[in-house]
Amino acid sequence: MADNGDEDSQYRIKQGDYVVLKRGNIFKAVQIQPKKKVIFEKQWFFLDGAVGNFYSTTFEIVSGALQPQKLKNTDSFTDAKEAGTDNRNIVDDGKSQKLTRDDIEDLKEKGLEGQEIIQHLIDNSSTFKDKTEYAQDKYIKKKKKKYENTVTIVRPSCRILAMMYHGREPGKICHLRYDTLAQMLTLANIHAGSKVLVFDTCAGLVLGAVMERMGGYGSVIQMYPGGEPVRAGMESFGFPAHFHDMLHGFPICRVNALLAGTLDTTAKDPSAGRACFFFSLLKLSEMFIALLFPEETEKLEFKKIFYVFVFVLQAQERLVKLEEKRKKLAAAAALLEGRNADGLVIASRFHPCPVVMGLLPFLAPSRPFVVYSQYKEPLIECYNKLKEHGGAVSLRLTDTWLRHYQSFGRSNVSLKTNGHDKLAHLKVT
Amino acid sequence: MSFVEYSDFIQDGDVAIVYLGHESLMPVKVQQGAQTQTRYGVIRHSTDLIGQRYGSKVTCSKGGWVHVLHPTPELWTVSLPHRTQILYTTDIATITMMLELKPGSVVCESGTGSGSLSHAILRTIAPTGHLHTVEFHQQRAEKAAEEFKEHRVDHLVTVRNQDVCQDGFGVSGVADAVFLDIPSPWEAVKHAKTAMKRQGGRVCSFSPCIEQVQRTCEALADQGFEEINTVEVLLRVHDVRTVSLPLPDFGPDSSAQTEPDAAEKAPPASAPVQTSVSLKTTTPPREIPGHTGYLTFATKPRT
Repeated sequence: MADNGDEDSQYRIKQGDYVVLKRGNIFKAVQIQPKKKVIFEKQWFFLDGAVGNFYSTTFEIVSGALQPQKLKNTDSFTDAKEAGTDNRNIVDDGKSQKLTRDDIEDLKEKGLEGQEIIQHLIDNSSTFKDKTEYAQDKYIKKKKKKYENTVTIVRPSCRILAMMYHGREPGKICHLRYDTLAQMLTLANIHAGSKVLVFDTCAGLVLGAVMERMGGYGSVIQMYPGGEPVRAGMESFGFPAHFHDMLHGFPICRVNALLAGTLDTTAKDPSAGRACFFFSLLKLSEMFIALLFPEETEKLEFKKIFYVFVFVLQAQERLVKLEEKRKKLAAAAALLEGRNADGLVIASRFHPCPVVMGLLPFLAPSRPFVVYSQYKEPLIECYNKLKEHGGAVSLRLTDTWLRHYQSFGRSNVSLKTNGHDKLAHLKVT
Repeated sequence: MSFVEYSDFIQDGDVAIVYLGHESLMPVKVQQGAQTQTRYGVIRHSTDLIGQRYGSKVTCSKGGWVHVLHPTPELWTVSLPHRTQILYTTDIATITMMLELKPGSVVCESGTGSGSLSHAILRTIAPTGHLHTVEFHQQRAEKAAEEFKEHRVDHLVTVRNQDVCQDGFGVSGVADAVFLDIPSPWEAVKHAKTAMKRQGGRVCSFSPCIEQVQRTCEALADQGFEEINTVEVLLRVHDVRTVSLPLPDFGPDSSAQTEPDAAEKAPPASAPVQTSVSLKTTTPPREIPGHTGYLTFATKPRT
């Protein structure tokens, strides 16, 4: 099978890529960096071995390094082996497994693969052949979970990251479940080319999800509380550089000023900054001269010069950064001023009512908005406030229920999970 | 106006959504000189619609008023003319995320049906993606193609009138995602595999019956698909209302009689007794949300 090098290179793992480690339903987002050790499911390893392989490759963890799994191991544990019909004669005396803990540790140290260890366990279990097929599968599944040492590296996507966050750190995302996120993205009609406002205190996951659905087209303005926007979740998506061009941030502490027309985003007198710089430079040269003529000053002046030099450089850097920040603020303000955003998505730990009322003025007529809250009561308030206030139609307070079925394979597991609430509306004039 | 791009003002030839009230929407083809009847009276397109801003209130001849909204796939789903049973937004949203659809995705779908999911897919994959949709019923295939044109999304979609179980999707090695909503999806699984990119992709099958799901899962496994899982998504709507709960009357407070002297001196309390408490809450809907179908997802590995 001849691989067209160019065509396939985009499917290969590269240094610097943001990826997701996966084992079954456990996920972890990491960035591929040279000589970087990561921990995943109680195992430490370097990621270097992954570079160059295709995404969705499964690796074995061998002595702290990753090696592509040689053969796709089909589960051959129970092929044509015997099984019992029920458990009436199986006594649970804790003595069925002949291998001791030490024996198993020895096997692990010998470098046996997870598959092989499991086979040893089966072979040394006196009751395995008496279990029913279903019980045998259940046993194998349990052992796999414990002894498997494989990890699959997949490309990040909204689906995977949402499941990851919900499984690992639900508190960071206000317990937003992935099916609720799916509903929000669709109800808010997130699509390429629109202008979307996002207020997200879910580590940037919602922001990333919105950006993924916009594909780099249009613009997203992240409204953020406090000093700096949180974008960790968004970074995990590993978007190409040009996606960041469509992302803007605006601190909510300036919203009222913007709405009142009193927000000042003009450049502060640039000459003042330059003057500051030159003054410091002057001071610096003064000190240099003093150093060259030591009979008038002490040697300690040298240290002072170094610190002044560093200070001058830092001051200059700070000025440049402030200028950049001002420019970004002005750009975001320009996008908001038109009050013609196409969508508004709110998912935060803040009380949703004032957030919605505060940001609604930026939304154009005949455009949808969605508000998520972990709790129902604040949304009830929201609903009533919006009904009173008018200007919104098609208000609905909903929550989603997701149920998993395992109709394929042996075990029939059904998990019922409760959702959290979201409020979806359509704004009108 | 288009279903994949917003615009601000209503124009001749647009499809607009008239909002008549709670849960009552109706699509309108805007035409110079045309009229639309509603329960609130007549809407005259030339004066009431064309040139107006989307979102405006329009007063009808009988005096009542309605809102005119820009179409979105979600509004279309609840107002479109049904030719078949359709997929609703709850399932559509789950499908969109689980199939990892985004701008640029190439999707294969069968059957097209009434186009509810099709419009949602088009909105998500625009402007650079493409939808290949297959419908074995000739009139439905033609109607769908017509609607896509009217909704200004025809450049993003190809409708094929054929039987996906026999003839597949008409393309091979191009799809990032495949969606099946047909009576016998297990027969189309191998065609789904052919249509998908060699490097991999996602597949979804929607079936109302668990027996169909089981057969489909087996077919998926046989064809080498991985991560096979089945879910069901239900949406529960909460009715927000103010309720008034009456407070019980246990009779006058007997502790006032223990100090007769003090009671005689102080004037009797004249505060009104509270008879009820009002609070804002939600009530679950009368009917439990209905079962629509099971969604089975799987991943095609690199081949």
